[in-house]
Amino acid sequence: MLRVEDLTIWFGQPPDRIDAVRGVGFDIAAGESFGLVGESGSGKSTILRAVAGLNPNWSGRIEVDGRPLRADRRDRAFFKTVQMVFQDPYASLHPRHSVDAVLGETLRLQGMDRIDSRIQKLLDDVGLGRGFRFRYPHQLSGGQRQRVAIARALAAEPRLLLLDEPTSALDVSVQAEILNLLADLRAEHGLTYLLVSHDLAVIAHMCDRLAVMQQGRIVEILSAAQLRGDAAEAPYSRHLIAASLGR
Amino acid sequence: MTAPLLSVRDLRVTFPTRQGEFQAVRGLSFDLGRERLAIVGESGSGKSMTGRAILGLVRPPGRVEAAALTLQGRSILNLPERQMRAIRGGQISMVMQDPKFSLNPVMTVGQQIIEAYRLHARAPRGEARAKALEMLRAVQIREPERVMDTYPHEVSGGMGQRIMIAMMLAPGPQILIADEPTSALDVSVRGEVLSIMDNLVKDRGMGLIFISHDLNLVSRFCDRVLIMYAGRVVETLPARELHQARHPYTRGLLNSLPRLDAPVDRLAVLQRDEAWREPDPAAARADTDLPGGL
Ligand SMILES: Nc1ncnc2c1ncn2[C@@H]1O[C@H](COP(=O)(O)OP(=O)(O)O)[C@@H](O)[C@H]1O
Ligand SMILES: Nc1ncnc2c1ncn2[C@@H]1O[C@H](COP(=O)(O)OP(=O)(O)O)[C@@H](O)[C@H]1O
Ligand SMILES: [Mg+2]
Ligand SMILES: [Mg+2]
Repeated sequence: MLRVEDLTIWFGQPPDRIDAVRGVGFDIAAGESFGLVGESGSGKSTILRAVAGLNPNWSGRIEVDGRPLRADRRDRAFFKTVQMVFQDPYASLHPRHSVDAVLGETLRLQGMDRIDSRIQKLLDDVGLGRGFRFRYPHQLSGGQRQRVAIARALAAEPRLLLLDEPTSALDVSVQAEILNLLADLRAEHGLTYLLVSHDLAVIAHMCDRLAVMQQGRIVEILSAAQLRGDAAEAPYSRHLIAASLGR
Repeated sequence: MTAPLLSVRDLRVTFPTRQGEFQAVRGLSFDLGRERLAIVGESGSGKSMTGRAILGLVRPPGRVEAAALTLQGRSILNLPERQMRAIRGGQISMVMQDPKFSLNPVMTVGQQIIEAYRLHARAPRGEARAKALEMLRAVQIREPERVMDTYPHEVSGGMGQRIMIAMMLAPGPQILIADEPTSALDVSVRGEVLSIMDNLVKDRGMGLIFISHDLNLVSRFCDRVLIMYAGRVVETLPARELHQARHPYTRGLLNSLPRLDAPVDRLAVLQRDEAWREPDPAAARADTDLPGGL
């Protein structure tokens, strides 16, 4: 579903160009859930933004569903395939737009019909009752806002969801609800996930495989079983695992 | 038995709202000895307000009430701001979540530690500078002379938080209140910052109130844990027994965590119970028990 080869992503122009991601590569099969972990600043969000077409300054190859992504052109079909959910449910929703307006606008942008029934369906899908339809972000809890953000991403009926720390700002009890929801949605809609989290336990729970990043590079790709079985080899991965087990 | 460092009885923090009065803290009682006491709970449970109330930092129209709030036997409840300022930083210090918001962006690191120290110790500049260097070394900052001249934006998050700890501990307070001190830091540097804080608090025989939403972290790092729900303590436990907690709320929180060492197909979801909001008469005494030997 997603193939990334020799991907380098930079900010700024020479001589001030900074390469935030340097020559990374990985494949994600259709229906698979793949994790990205690593310290902050290691380039995880930068990869997601490039795959989402939000940063044109990259070289290498990004292929979504067999079709190469071009740095210089955005096309609508592509954005129907790939959607992104951000960490901060407070910042990612416009404070003056009701849930109904957010979802309705997204659906219209995607050229969808039967807007009204689709909004109902999306709210059902993310476990928000009808009562939430005309609420504004300040009338929602953090977990409810993240549900709205997920509903907005689902509006385009994507096949690949890019999830950037989707539960890091939430309480553990709410995190459990959102992670269960994401697991259900993946099963129901056959979605593919690329999930960023700093929490290895979250990655192990949600993902089949993961890449460990450090300073813009992938140091190791592991299966969740290898992660749990203490079979990581790169010193940095072992350090991360030890830190999250409190050793 | 020696008097506790800090004693809190029936603490209440109330805000007027359009829907009437809202109690963010509803009758909290505990004693703090020379120990590491954790306050855990979900966001909104009143953890930060408890810390702020102790330090006299609740802004009007918010109100702080208590049957008692004493620092080594002396009441510090609603003291005039001038007296409270002397206590704040001098006897009780606070480290907040994000050093970026707590450090002054236009002052060098050295200037800030020196100022903080002089405010309470009234020491000459030379002595304050020596103290600042000593504190930077104590939080394991290499090349402290160079770091003294840097500005907050030039240091990493983990280093910024160590600088905050150095600054807060320079005047030699008896109590440190740390409100989510590592939540903004990377997992890989959290342990380091915590162990530095831990060693300083232990060496100086201080009392630490460690506010966090991270149950695993506090079970490793603290001596005793208060679990807060809706402005009240629902359970108090020795930290190493946290995983044997009995209260359904504490159990629910623990069960909702994914674990690296124990895979599950589906995460347990917390089922809330209205009864958790009300005081449990059987637990009334447990809140104020001191750890053994104190
Ligand atoms: N808009 C930007 N301009 C310049 N540098 C950036 C920008 N966004 C990110 N970076 C840099 O790219 C690197 C990787 O950042 P990021 O992908 O956000 O890391 P992560 O998500 O792993 O924490 C960091 O060094 C960061 O400072
Ligand atoms: N100025 C205020 N007016 C009304 N309610 C407030 C105010 N400040 C905080 N609160 C409420 O007090 C409760 C406790 O907040 P806080 O102590 O910050 O929670 P925690 O630190 O446990 O996340 C929350 O429900 C919050 O919304
Ligand atoms: Mg990021
Ligand atoms: Mg708080």
